[in-house]
Amino acid sequence: MFCCGVYGFITRRNMIAILISLELMLNAVDINFVVFNRFLYPEAMEGMFFTLFAIAIAAAETALAIAIIINLFRVAKNIDVEDVNDMKF
Amino acid sequence: MDITMPLMILVIPLCMFLVLGLFGNKMSHKVAGWLGTLGMGTALVLAYTTAFNYFFSGSELFVNAAGERLQYAVFDYTWLEFTENLVIKLGFLLDPISAMMLVVITTISFMVHLYSLGYMHGEKGFQRYYAFLSLFSFSMLGLVVATNIFQMYIFWELVGASSYLLIGFYYTKPSAVSASKKAFIVTRFADFGFLIGILILSFYSSTFDFVTMTSNPESVFASTQGAMFMGGSVLTWGLVLIFMGGMGKSAMMPLHIWLPDAMEGPTPVSALIHAATMVVAGVFLVARMFPVYICQESASALEIITVVGALTALYAAIVACTQIDIKRVLAFSTISQIAFMVVSLGVARPEFHEGLGYMASMFHLFTHAMFKALLFLGAGALIHAVHSNDYTSMGGLRKYMPITHITFLIGCLAIAGIPPFAGFFSKDEILTAAFNNSPMWGIWMTAVAGLTAFYMFRLYYRIFWWNNPDYGHHTPHDGPWTMSLPLIILATISCVAGFIPFGEFVTWNRETYHIHLDWTVATTSIVVAVCAIALATVMYRKENTIPTKMKNAMKGLWTAAYNRFYFDELYIFITHKIIFNLVSRPIAWFDRHIIDGTMDSFATMTNYASEKIKGLQSGSVQQYVWVYLLGALLLAGVMIVCVI
Repeated sequence: MFCCGVYGFITRRNMIAILISLELMLNAVDINFVVFNRFLYPEAMEGMFFTLFAIAIAAAETALAIAIIINLFRVAKNIDVEDVNDMKF
Repeated sequence: MDITMPLMILVIPLCMFLVLGLFGNKMSHKVAGWLGTLGMGTALVLAYTTAFNYFFSGSELFVNAAGERLQYAVFDYTWLEFTENLVIKLGFLLDPISAMMLVVITTISFMVHLYSLGYMHGEKGFQRYYAFLSLFSFSMLGLVVATNIFQMYIFWELVGASSYLLIGFYYTKPSAVSASKKAFIVTRFADFGFLIGILILSFYSSTFDFVTMTSNPESVFASTQGAMFMGGSVLTWGLVLIFMGGMGKSAMMPLHIWLPDAMEGPTPVSALIHAATMVVAGVFLVARMFPVYICQESASALEIITVVGALTALYAAIVACTQIDIKRVLAFSTISQIAFMVVSLGVARPEFHEGLGYMASMFHLFTHAMFKALLFLGAGALIHAVHSNDYTSMGGLRKYMPITHITFLIGCLAIAGIPPFAGFFSKDEILTAAFNNSPMWGIWMTAVAGLTAFYMFRLYYRIFWWNNPDYGHHTPHDGPWTMSLPLIILATISCVAGFIPFGEFVTWNRETYHIHLDWTVATTSIVVAVCAIALATVMYRKENTIPTKMKNAMKGLWTAAYNRFYFDELYIFITHKIIFNLVSRPIAWFDRHIIDGTMDSFATMTNYASEKIKGLQSGSVQQYVWVYLLGALLLAGVMIVCVI
């Protein structure tokens, strides 16, 4: 699932799709945390809580990213990541 | 009466400068001119009142408890206090010479203000001209009433700056621009010596104050006892360096080169600054420090002054005989006459005739200011009428310009030393003082006085007699009344100033000295002057070929004198060939290649590096991710390898 995310992040041109790939990677990491916690250290709860935090922060981060993309669309009429390179050197 | 009134003599010209400088452009020419003239007129009245009160003890300010006239009336205000010893004051010092200078400066300045109303009529920058005149008058008045050498130095530089502004008044003319620069740089160079002199003197005496320095120089400078530097006592060196400042301002050889060029300024300016007031600042300075100059330790300083003065007097007189531009003749005559004053100070010793030379020098300063200003203003009237500076385009003007003719003649007679005109009396005192010191200087100066008479009358005959050129429909005529009136007033002063009992007012030790003519000296000088005038009459009264023949007979000397003995060329050689090539070039090369080169290479290297790495900043997010991913995998691989 993580590799799917990485693949999508690198190959997609649309920013929304990149964002989705990003979420995919995050969720993959979350599941990993939960699973490793459950099977390796059943008596501890850190992995579970860490995942809960990550989910909350991911929600905020997604909202921020969406806001940036909307603003970018207003300015550039385009959300293709290849075309948004005006800020380079 | 309190100190406000004398102080107003300085404040009024300063205010006039500010008003005319800031708001002059809003005023019409007439208003600005008359405002400046009236301001100077007020200062004139105040200066006369102050001088009168001082000399005749008319005010309680200038007398001591016993009712005697104070030697020095000092009004001080502490300006900067650095340490206990290093205190700089500003103040107002009245003593015989400064009171006399107040009178001279305000008189000449007022005449010039009035005269300029006619002479500068309709010129562009008329208001600016009057503002600068006021600035100059303020600085010069400040210079003569300075209580300490530091204050004098401040005003000394102010005088130089305003002289620079006025010489360069016609700033669209390249020659005027270079003349003003030359004047400023040469005098500035001399002032460097002056500054070092100030530092030396104040270091040993731990005071700047003139009164402290001069009232008892032997004890004030006691710490210089035995201090020697390069074969002269330190005190001598200090005084010679101070005199170097005076040489610059008073155009003594070899720092005289700026004065002839300074004639590029408007003629009234030449009359005020370069004939009557600023150029005698050097003489005034030596006179101010005179008690220090005559102490035991520093006697050789006065000998140096005498030699410099005598050489300059002769040199300038010879050059004046060959110049064609009438203002230049007058400029060289000024140099020569100032040299007379300098020699007179140089030969003065308390043991000869009660220090006669000091009195004679101040007397000559006074009379010379009057008749030389008169001659310059007369020359201004001629230039105004003929629109040329060269006497070759003049001739026979006596019929067209009667007032100018008579006043100019009076000026010439005064400078030639014919009784009863002013110059005779003062020059006679100088010659007597010179004979008292040594017969050699006496004979030398008498010869120069003869040359003076010759070149002045050469000028006079060439302008007013010689031939009658055709002036066409534009007939020369006297100027308006504003120009003629100052001429008449100054001519009157030149006639009567000699009868002022000057010795009653100004002597080096404040004791009255009764002027009495030494008839042997007087007769000799009159005979020499009359002979010189007769020679000039024969040569120049009617157009003839004698001058050309004489010129051809002494071709070498004449050419050398005409080119001012190549002093300017010498300076050009020294500055361009030696200083520029040998000193400035290597320094410039070092600056350009070593210092700038290092800095430049830093900049180039940074630029080159950033040019190379800027490709990494591609702006494409996915490329960054690739790099990051590969990096992470690499690190992970490294860690795995390490763990295994």
